[in-house]
Amino acid sequence: MSVAKKALSREEADLQWVTFLLRVRDAQDRKAFADLFRHFAPRLKGFLMKSGTSDALAEEVAQDVMATVWQKAHLFDPQRASVATWIFTIARNRKIDMLRKQRRPEPEELTWGPEAEPDQADTLSLQQDTEKLRAALADLPEKQRILVERAFYGDLSHSEIATETGLPLGTIKSRIRLALERLRHEMK
Amino acid sequence: MMTQTIKHHLTDNIVTAYAAGSLTEAFNLLVATHVSMCDECRATVAAHEAVGGVVLEDVREIDLGVDALEACFTMIEIGPKVPIKLRAQPTKPNSESRLFPTPLHDYVGGDLDAVKWRKVGGGVKQAILPTSIDASVRLLYIPAGCEVPDHGHNGTEMTLVLQGAFRDEFARFGTGDVEICDAQLEHKPIAEEGEDCICLAATDAPLKFSGFLPKLAQPFLRI
Repeated sequence: MSVAKKALSREEADLQWVTFLLRVRDAQDRKAFADLFRHFAPRLKGFLMKSGTSDALAEEVAQDVMATVWQKAHLFDPQRASVATWIFTIARNRKIDMLRKQRRPEPEELTWGPEAEPDQADTLSLQQDTEKLRAALADLPEKQRILVERAFYGDLSHSEIATETGLPLGTIKSRIRLALERLRHEMK
Repeated sequence: MMTQTIKHHLTDNIVTAYAAGSLTEAFNLLVATHVSMCDECRATVAAHEAVGGVVLEDVREIDLGVDALEACFTMIEIGPKVPIKLRAQPTKPNSESRLFPTPLHDYVGGDLDAVKWRKVGGGVKQAILPTSIDASVRLLYIPAGCEVPDHGHNGTEMTLVLQGAFRDEFARFGTGDVEICDAQLEHKPIAEEGEDCICLAATDAPLKFSGFLPKLAQPFLRI
Protein backbone atom coordinates (compact mmCIF):
# COMPACT_ATOMS: atom_id res chain seq x y z
CA MET A 1 0.00 0.00 0.00
CA SER A 2 2.57 2.53 1.10
CA VAL A 3 4.75 1.73 -1.92
CA ALA A 4 1.87 2.42 -4.31
CA LYS A 5 1.13 5.66 -2.49
CA LYS A 6 4.73 6.77 -2.71
CA ALA A 7 4.92 5.96 -6.43
CA LEU A 8 1.81 8.06 -7.03
CA SER A 9 3.24 11.07 -5.25
CA ARG A 10 6.36 10.85 -7.37
CA GLU A 11 4.27 10.89 -10.51
CA GLU A 12 2.48 13.92 -9.16
CA ALA A 13 5.84 15.55 -8.56
CA ASP A 14 6.90 14.75 -12.15
CA LEU A 15 3.68 16.29 -13.46
CA GLN A 16 4.25 19.32 -11.29
CA TRP A 17 7.67 19.88 -12.90
CA VAL A 18 5.95 19.72 -16.29
CA THR A 19 3.45 22.38 -15.18
CA PHE A 20 6.24 24.59 -13.83
CA LEU A 21 8.29 24.30 -17.00
CA LEU A 22 5.26 25.18 -19.15
CA ARG A 23 4.72 28.23 -16.93
CA VAL A 24 8.32 29.28 -17.55
CA ARG A 25 7.70 28.78 -21.28
CA ASP A 26 4.36 30.59 -21.48
CA ALA A 27 4.67 33.32 -18.83
CA GLN A 28 8.41 33.58 -18.00
CA ASP A 29 7.29 32.69 -14.47
CA ARG A 30 10.28 33.36 -12.18
CA LYS A 31 8.75 31.62 -9.19
CA ALA A 32 8.13 28.39 -11.11
CA PHE A 33 11.69 28.63 -12.39
CA ALA A 34 13.05 29.15 -8.87
CA ASP A 35 11.29 25.93 -7.77
CA LEU A 36 12.74 24.03 -10.72
CA PHE A 37 16.16 25.48 -9.91
CA ARG A 38 16.01 24.47 -6.24
CA HIS A 39 15.12 20.91 -7.23
CA PHE A 40 17.34 20.34 -10.25
CA ALA A 41 20.43 22.57 -9.79
CA PRO A 42 21.83 20.61 -6.77
CA ARG A 43 21.18 17.37 -8.68
CA LEU A 44 22.98 18.76 -11.72
CA LYS A 45 25.92 19.75 -9.54
CA GLY A 46 25.99 16.30 -7.92
CA PHE A 47 25.71 14.65 -11.34
CA LEU A 48 28.52 16.75 -12.84
CA MET A 49 30.81 16.07 -9.89
CA LYS A 50 30.15 12.35 -10.31
CA SER A 51 31.41 12.85 -13.85
CA GLY A 52 34.71 14.10 -12.44
CA THR A 53 34.07 17.85 -12.67
CA SER A 54 35.51 20.12 -9.97
CA ASP A 55 33.18 21.83 -7.48
CA ALA A 56 33.56 25.30 -9.02
CA LEU A 57 33.12 24.14 -12.60
CA ALA A 58 30.16 21.89 -11.68
CA GLU A 59 28.49 24.92 -10.10
CA GLU A 60 29.08 27.03 -13.20
CA VAL A 61 27.83 24.34 -15.60
CA ALA A 62 24.77 23.63 -13.41
CA GLN A 63 23.82 27.34 -13.56
CA ASP A 64 24.47 27.42 -17.29
CA VAL A 65 22.25 24.33 -17.79
CA MET A 66 19.42 25.93 -15.80
CA ALA A 67 19.74 29.16 -17.81
CA THR A 68 19.45 27.02 -20.96
CA VAL A 69 16.31 25.41 -19.49
CA TRP A 70 14.76 28.89 -19.36
CA GLN A 71 15.91 29.81 -22.87
CA LYS A 72 14.89 26.54 -24.53
CA ALA A 73 11.65 25.87 -22.65
CA HIS A 74 9.72 26.13 -25.94
CA LEU A 75 11.45 22.96 -27.18
CA PHE A 76 10.26 20.76 -24.29
CA ASP A 77 7.74 18.07 -25.27
CA PRO A 78 6.24 16.30 -22.21
CA GLN A 79 4.99 13.44 -24.39
CA ARG A 80 8.53 12.44 -25.22
CA ALA A 81 10.45 13.21 -22.02
CA SER A 82 10.06 13.95 -18.34
CA VAL A 83 11.49 17.27 -17.14
CA ALA A 84 14.40 15.39 -15.50
CA THR A 85 15.14 13.58 -18.79
CA TRP A 86 15.02 16.79 -20.77
CA ILE A 87 17.31 18.58 -18.32
CA PHE A 88 19.64 15.57 -18.40
CA THR A 89 20.00 15.93 -22.20
CA ILE A 90 20.81 19.65 -21.84
CA ALA A 91 23.43 18.87 -19.18
CA ARG A 92 24.95 16.17 -21.38
CA ASN A 93 25.25 18.60 -24.30
CA ARG A 94 26.64 21.46 -22.19
CA LYS A 95 29.18 19.03 -20.73
CA ILE A 96 30.41 18.19 -24.23
CA ASP A 97 30.46 21.88 -25.25
CA MET A 98 32.05 23.32 -22.13
CA LEU A 99 34.26 20.49 -20.87
CA ARG A 100 35.25 18.54 -23.99
CA LYS A 101 35.11 21.61 -26.26
CA GLN A 102 33.53 19.56 -29.00
CA ARG A 103 30.50 20.00 -31.15
CA ARG A 104 27.58 17.75 -30.42
CA PRO A 105 25.71 17.04 -33.64
CA GLU A 106 22.00 16.76 -32.83
CA PRO A 107 19.34 14.95 -34.87
CA GLU A 108 16.86 17.05 -36.81
CA GLU A 109 14.52 18.65 -34.31
CA LEU A 110 10.89 17.52 -34.39
CA THR A 111 8.56 19.96 -32.71
CA TRP A 112 4.85 20.44 -32.33
CA GLY A 113 3.29 23.13 -34.42
CA PRO A 114 2.22 26.31 -32.62
CA GLU A 115 -1.44 25.18 -32.41
CA ALA A 116 -0.92 21.68 -31.13
CA GLU A 117 -0.65 21.30 -27.37
CA PRO A 118 0.63 18.12 -25.77
CA ASP A 119 -2.12 15.67 -24.86
CA GLN A 120 -2.70 15.44 -21.08
CA ALA A 121 -3.26 11.68 -21.00
CA ASP A 122 -0.12 10.98 -23.06
CA THR A 123 1.89 13.30 -20.85
CA LEU A 124 0.69 11.44 -17.77
CA SER A 125 1.48 8.02 -19.31
CA LEU A 126 5.00 9.12 -20.19
CA GLN A 127 5.63 10.30 -16.62
CA GLN A 128 4.26 6.98 -15.29
CA ASP A 129 6.57 5.01 -17.59
CA THR A 130 9.50 7.09 -16.40
CA GLU A 131 8.64 6.29 -12.77
CA LYS A 132 8.47 2.57 -13.60
CA LEU A 133 11.88 2.84 -15.17
CA ARG A 134 13.15 4.56 -12.04
CA ALA A 135 11.80 1.75 -9.85
CA ALA A 136 13.35 -0.86 -12.17
CA LEU A 137 16.75 0.83 -11.94
CA ALA A 138 16.52 0.89 -8.13
CA ASP A 139 15.65 -2.85 -8.19
CA LEU A 140 18.65 -3.90 -10.28
CA PRO A 141 21.39 -5.86 -8.50
CA GLU A 142 23.80 -3.25 -7.12
CA LYS A 143 26.68 -4.12 -9.43
CA GLN A 144 24.48 -3.74 -12.50
CA ARG A 145 22.88 -0.53 -11.26
CA ILE A 146 26.29 1.04 -10.65
CA LEU A 147 27.34 0.15 -14.21
CA VAL A 148 24.24 1.87 -15.63
CA GLU A 149 24.90 4.95 -13.49
CA ARG A 150 28.56 5.05 -14.51
CA ALA A 151 27.57 4.82 -18.18
CA PHE A 152 25.38 7.93 -17.74
CA TYR A 153 28.00 9.85 -15.77
CA GLY A 154 30.05 9.36 -18.96
CA ASP A 155 32.57 7.04 -17.31
CA LEU A 156 32.36 4.23 -19.85
CA SER A 157 33.19 4.04 -23.55
CA HIS A 158 30.73 2.36 -25.90
CA SER A 159 32.78 -0.84 -25.92
CA GLU A 160 32.66 -0.95 -22.11
CA ILE A 161 28.91 -0.48 -21.97
CA ALA A 162 26.95 -3.69 -21.57
CA THR A 163 24.61 -4.46 -24.46
CA GLU A 164 22.01 -5.69 -22.00
CA THR A 165 21.30 -3.31 -19.12
CA GLY A 166 18.44 -5.36 -17.67
CA LEU A 167 16.15 -2.33 -17.79
CA PRO A 168 12.66 -2.63 -19.31
CA LEU A 169 12.85 0.08 -21.98
CA GLY A 170 10.22 -1.47 -24.27
CA THR A 171 7.14 0.28 -22.87
CA ILE A 172 8.59 3.75 -22.78
CA LYS A 173 10.08 3.27 -26.22
CA SER A 174 6.71 2.23 -27.72
CA ARG A 175 5.06 5.24 -26.09
CA ILE A 176 7.62 7.64 -27.59
CA ARG A 177 7.33 5.85 -30.94
CA LEU A 178 3.57 6.54 -30.97
CA ALA A 179 4.14 10.21 -30.11
CA LEU A 180 6.58 10.43 -33.03
CA GLU A 181 4.07 8.84 -35.42
CA ARG A 182 1.43 11.38 -34.48
CA LEU A 183 3.95 14.16 -34.88
CA ARG A 184 4.95 12.93 -38.35
CA HIS A 185 1.28 12.79 -39.24
CA GLU A 186 0.80 16.40 -38.12
CA MET A 187 3.81 17.61 -40.04
CA LYS A 188 2.35 16.33 -43.34
CA MET B 1 14.32 12.24 -45.34
CA MET B 2 12.45 9.66 -43.24
CA THR B 3 13.24 6.19 -44.47
CA GLN B 4 10.61 3.56 -43.81
CA THR B 5 12.52 0.49 -44.96
CA ILE B 6 15.45 0.53 -42.56
CA LYS B 7 16.42 -2.99 -41.50
CA HIS B 8 19.77 -2.50 -39.78
CA HIS B 9 19.55 -0.25 -36.74
CA LEU B 10 21.91 1.05 -34.05
CA THR B 11 22.96 -1.40 -31.35
CA ASP B 12 21.98 -0.83 -27.71
CA ASN B 13 25.47 -0.06 -26.45
CA ILE B 14 25.99 2.56 -29.17
CA VAL B 15 22.61 4.10 -28.29
CA THR B 16 23.46 4.11 -24.57
CA ALA B 17 26.82 5.77 -25.26
CA TYR B 18 25.12 8.32 -27.52
CA ALA B 19 22.41 9.06 -24.94
CA ALA B 20 25.08 9.34 -22.23
CA GLY B 21 27.19 11.67 -24.39
CA SER B 22 30.31 9.51 -24.35
CA LEU B 23 30.69 8.84 -28.07
CA THR B 24 33.41 10.62 -30.01
CA GLU B 25 32.33 13.47 -32.28
CA ALA B 26 32.71 11.34 -35.44
CA PHE B 27 30.37 8.62 -34.13
CA ASN B 28 28.03 11.25 -32.72
CA LEU B 29 27.63 12.70 -36.19
CA LEU B 30 26.86 9.32 -37.71
CA VAL B 31 24.32 8.45 -35.00
CA ALA B 32 22.62 11.88 -35.21
CA THR B 33 22.38 11.47 -38.99
CA HIS B 34 20.87 7.98 -38.72
CA VAL B 35 18.40 9.11 -36.02
CA SER B 36 17.27 11.93 -38.33
CA MET B 37 16.30 9.21 -40.85
CA CYS B 38 14.94 6.60 -38.45
CA ASP B 39 12.13 7.18 -35.91
CA GLU B 40 12.65 3.67 -34.52
CA CYS B 41 16.13 4.65 -33.31
CA ARG B 42 14.93 8.14 -32.34
CA ALA B 43 12.53 6.45 -29.92
CA THR B 44 15.26 4.08 -28.70
CA VAL B 45 17.56 7.03 -28.01
CA ALA B 46 14.77 8.85 -26.13
CA ALA B 47 14.10 5.73 -24.02
CA HIS B 48 17.79 5.54 -23.10
CA GLU B 49 17.82 9.26 -22.32
CA ALA B 50 14.98 8.55 -19.88
CA VAL B 51 17.45 6.37 -17.97
CA GLY B 52 19.76 9.40 -17.86
CA GLY B 53 16.86 11.43 -16.44
CA VAL B 54 16.29 8.85 -13.73
CA VAL B 55 20.01 8.79 -12.87
CA LEU B 56 19.98 12.61 -12.61
CA GLU B 57 16.83 12.58 -10.45
CA ASP B 58 18.36 10.12 -8.00
CA VAL B 59 21.94 11.37 -7.78
CA ARG B 60 23.13 12.72 -4.43
CA GLU B 61 22.43 16.45 -4.35
CA ILE B 62 25.23 18.93 -3.74
CA ASP B 63 24.23 22.42 -2.64
CA LEU B 64 25.15 25.43 -4.72
CA GLY B 65 26.30 28.77 -3.31
CA VAL B 66 23.62 30.94 -1.70
CA ASP B 67 23.56 33.38 -4.60
CA ALA B 68 23.41 30.71 -7.33
CA LEU B 69 19.79 31.35 -8.29
CA GLU B 70 20.40 35.10 -8.58
CA ALA B 71 23.52 34.41 -10.67
CA CYS B 72 21.40 32.19 -12.92
CA PHE B 73 18.78 34.92 -13.41
CA THR B 74 21.63 37.27 -14.35
CA MET B 75 22.85 34.73 -16.95
CA ILE B 76 19.31 34.57 -18.32
CA GLU B 77 19.07 38.35 -18.58
CA ILE B 78 22.42 38.65 -20.35
CA GLY B 79 21.32 35.94 -22.76
CA PRO B 80 23.24 33.00 -24.21
CA LYS B 81 26.84 33.57 -25.36
CA VAL B 82 26.07 31.75 -28.56
CA PRO B 83 22.57 32.57 -29.76
CA ILE B 84 20.21 29.66 -29.23
CA LYS B 85 19.42 28.15 -32.60
CA LEU B 86 15.82 28.58 -33.49
CA ARG B 87 14.14 25.25 -34.03
CA ALA B 88 16.13 23.36 -36.60
CA GLN B 89 13.59 23.05 -39.36
CA PRO B 90 12.00 19.63 -39.48
CA THR B 91 12.19 18.00 -42.86
CA LYS B 92 9.40 19.27 -45.02
CA PRO B 93 8.16 17.84 -48.32
CA ASN B 94 9.89 20.61 -50.28
CA SER B 95 13.27 19.49 -48.97
CA GLU B 96 12.74 15.91 -50.19
CA SER B 97 15.32 16.51 -52.87
CA ARG B 98 17.95 17.05 -50.17
CA LEU B 99 20.15 14.03 -49.57
CA PHE B 100 21.87 14.98 -46.29
CA PRO B 101 19.88 15.23 -43.05
CA THR B 102 20.51 18.43 -41.03
CA PRO B 103 23.43 17.27 -38.82
CA LEU B 104 25.41 16.02 -41.82
CA HIS B 105 24.40 19.05 -43.87
CA ASP B 106 25.88 21.26 -41.10
CA TYR B 107 29.23 19.45 -41.22
CA VAL B 108 29.49 19.44 -45.00
CA GLY B 109 28.32 23.03 -45.23
CA GLY B 110 25.71 22.07 -47.82
CA ASP B 111 24.32 19.09 -49.67
CA LEU B 112 25.93 16.60 -52.06
CA ASP B 113 27.12 19.32 -54.46
CA ALA B 114 29.14 20.97 -51.65
CA VAL B 115 31.25 17.86 -50.95
CA LYS B 116 34.95 18.14 -51.80
CA TRP B 117 35.68 14.63 -53.02
CA ARG B 118 39.11 13.05 -53.38
CA LYS B 119 39.70 9.97 -55.51
CA VAL B 120 40.94 6.88 -53.70
CA GLY B 121 41.13 4.53 -56.70
CA GLY B 122 38.77 2.14 -58.47
CA GLY B 123 36.28 4.94 -59.01
CA VAL B 124 35.80 5.28 -55.24
CA LYS B 125 35.88 8.83 -53.80
CA GLN B 126 35.95 10.06 -50.25
CA ALA B 127 35.71 13.26 -48.22
CA ILE B 128 36.92 13.41 -44.63
CA LEU B 129 34.78 15.66 -42.43
CA PRO B 130 36.31 17.85 -39.72
CA THR B 131 35.83 16.37 -36.24
CA SER B 132 37.91 15.89 -33.11
CA ILE B 133 40.86 13.59 -33.79
CA ASP B 134 39.89 10.72 -31.45
CA ALA B 135 37.96 9.17 -34.36
CA SER B 136 37.29 10.05 -37.97
CA VAL B 137 34.28 10.21 -40.22
CA ARG B 138 34.13 10.48 -43.98
CA LEU B 139 31.75 10.36 -46.86
CA LEU B 140 32.33 7.56 -49.35
CA TYR B 141 31.18 7.53 -52.96
CA ILE B 142 31.15 4.05 -54.48
CA PRO B 143 30.04 3.76 -58.11
CA ALA B 144 27.34 1.13 -58.69
CA GLY B 145 28.87 -2.33 -58.96
CA CYS B 146 32.23 -1.23 -57.55
CA GLU B 147 34.05 -2.68 -54.60
CA VAL B 148 35.51 -0.91 -51.59
CA PRO B 149 39.05 -2.30 -51.11
CA ASP B 150 39.17 -5.36 -48.86
CA HIS B 151 39.80 -4.10 -45.36
CA GLY B 152 39.77 -5.05 -41.71
CA HIS B 153 39.96 -2.63 -38.83
CA ASN B 154 41.54 -2.18 -35.45
CA GLY B 155 38.54 -0.65 -33.78
CA THR B 156 34.85 -0.10 -34.43
CA GLU B 157 33.64 0.98 -37.84
CA MET B 158 30.12 2.21 -38.51
CA THR B 159 28.75 2.74 -41.99
CA LEU B 160 25.48 4.50 -42.77
CA VAL B 161 24.01 4.29 -46.27
CA LEU B 162 22.69 7.62 -47.56
CA GLN B 163 21.96 6.58 -51.13
CA GLY B 164 21.96 3.28 -53.02
CA ALA B 165 22.93 0.05 -51.31
CA PHE B 166 25.89 -2.25 -50.69
CA ARG B 167 26.36 -5.87 -49.81
CA ASP B 168 29.13 -7.63 -48.02
CA GLU B 169 29.58 -11.25 -46.92
CA PHE B 170 27.01 -10.74 -44.18
CA ALA B 171 24.01 -8.81 -45.48
CA ARG B 172 22.55 -6.14 -47.75
CA PHE B 173 22.50 -2.56 -46.53
CA GLY B 174 20.07 -0.14 -48.14
CA THR B 175 19.37 3.56 -47.62
CA GLY B 176 19.25 4.43 -43.93
CA ASP B 177 20.79 1.13 -42.80
CA VAL B 178 23.79 1.08 -40.47
CA GLU B 179 26.46 -1.59 -40.48
CA ILE B 180 28.50 -1.86 -37.28
CA CYS B 181 31.76 -3.82 -37.53
CA ASP B 182 34.09 -4.55 -34.69
CA ALA B 183 37.79 -5.32 -34.75
CA GLN B 184 39.13 -8.38 -36.57
CA LEU B 185 36.39 -8.41 -39.16
CA GLU B 186 37.53 -8.42 -42.78
CA HIS B 187 34.78 -7.66 -45.23
CA LYS B 188 34.34 -6.73 -48.87
CA PRO B 189 31.51 -4.28 -49.35
CA ILE B 190 30.30 -4.03 -52.97
CA ALA B 191 27.90 -1.34 -54.17
CA GLU B 192 24.80 -2.78 -55.81
CA GLU B 193 24.17 -2.36 -59.50
CA GLY B 194 21.88 0.53 -60.33
CA GLU B 195 22.37 3.64 -58.25
CA ASP B 196 25.82 4.79 -57.07
CA CYS B 197 26.22 4.25 -53.35
CA ILE B 198 26.95 7.11 -50.93
CA CYS B 199 27.82 6.26 -47.32
CA LEU B 200 28.93 7.98 -44.17
CA ALA B 201 31.60 5.91 -42.39
CA ALA B 202 33.08 6.47 -38.94
CA THR B 203 36.07 4.65 -37.43
CA ASP B 204 37.90 4.95 -34.15
CA ALA B 205 41.09 3.49 -35.64
CA PRO B 206 42.69 3.71 -39.06
CA LEU B 207 41.41 1.11 -41.51
CA LYS B 208 44.01 -1.46 -42.54
CA PHE B 209 43.81 -2.65 -46.10
CA SER B 210 45.03 -6.14 -46.85
CA GLY B 211 46.25 -5.27 -50.37
CA PHE B 212 49.83 -3.98 -50.73
CA LEU B 213 49.21 -0.72 -52.58
CA PRO B 214 46.28 0.54 -50.57
CA LYS B 215 48.32 -0.01 -47.41
CA LEU B 216 51.08 2.19 -48.77
CA ALA B 217 48.59 4.82 -49.79
CA GLN B 218 46.83 4.76 -46.46
CA PRO B 219 48.89 7.38 -44.59
CA PHE B 220 48.41 9.83 -47.44
CA LEU B 221 44.72 9.20 -47.84
CA ARG B 222 43.94 9.14 -44.12
CA ILE B 223 41.56 6.24 -44.51
